[in-house]
Amino acid sequence: MNLFLLALTFFIALLFVASLYRIAAGPTVFDRAIGAGLIGTNAVLVLVLTGFLYHRIDMFVDLALAYGMLNFIGVVALAKYFEQPQERKS
Amino acid sequence: MTWLAAALMVCGALFLFISCVGLLRFPDFYTRAHAVGKAETLGSMLVLVGLTLYNGIDLISVKILLILVIIFVTNPTATHALMRSAFRSGLPIWRAEENRRDDGLAG
Repeated sequence: MNLFLLALTFFIALLFVASLYRIAAGPTVFDRAIGAGLIGTNAVLVLVLTGFLYHRIDMFVDLALAYGMLNFIGVVALAKYFEQPQERKS
Repeated sequence: MTWLAAALMVCGALFLFISCVGLLRFPDFYTRAHAVGKAETLGSMLVLVGLTLYNGIDLISVKILLILVIIFVTNPTATHALMRSAFRSGLPIWRAEENRRDDGLAG
C-alpha cells in the first residue's frame, strides 16, 4: 500500500507539468489563473499523500486544510483583479 | 477495505488525468474551465474518500473529510468566479463553425 501511495503521489506530481504548460502558453491571463488553481488543488492532494508516506499525517492534514482555503482566496482575488468591465452597448 | 480504498484512489487519479488532458487539449478558456471545474472536483473527492477509508475512523479522517468539503465547495466557486470575470471582460467564445479547419477537435 505504501508503494501504491508513492506511485499515486508521483502521478499527481506529473500532472503539475500539464498545468505548468498551460500557465506558460495560455493565450489569456484567465487560462494562466485556472492553471494555477489546478496546481493548488493538486498540491492539497499531494500534501495529504505525503503525510501518509512519512507517517506524519497529523501534521500534514492541517497544512493541506490551510492550503486549500488559501488557494480559493488566491484564485478569487485573481479573478476580481483581472476583470475589465466592458461598456454595455444598449 | 484497503482494496476499496485503492480502487477509489485509482478512479480519482483517472479523473484528475482527464481534467489535465482537458486543460491541455480544449480550444477555449470556457471549455477548459468546464474541464477543471467538474472533473478536478470529482477526482479530488474520490482520492480523499479513498484516503479516509484507508486511514480508518479517528480525528484525522474527520479533518480529511473537512478538506473534502472545502474542495467540494470552493473549487467550483473559484472556477465560476474566473469564468464570470472572463465573460464580463468580453473574452470571445469559441465556436465550432469558425475554427473547423484549425484543429482536429471540431467536426
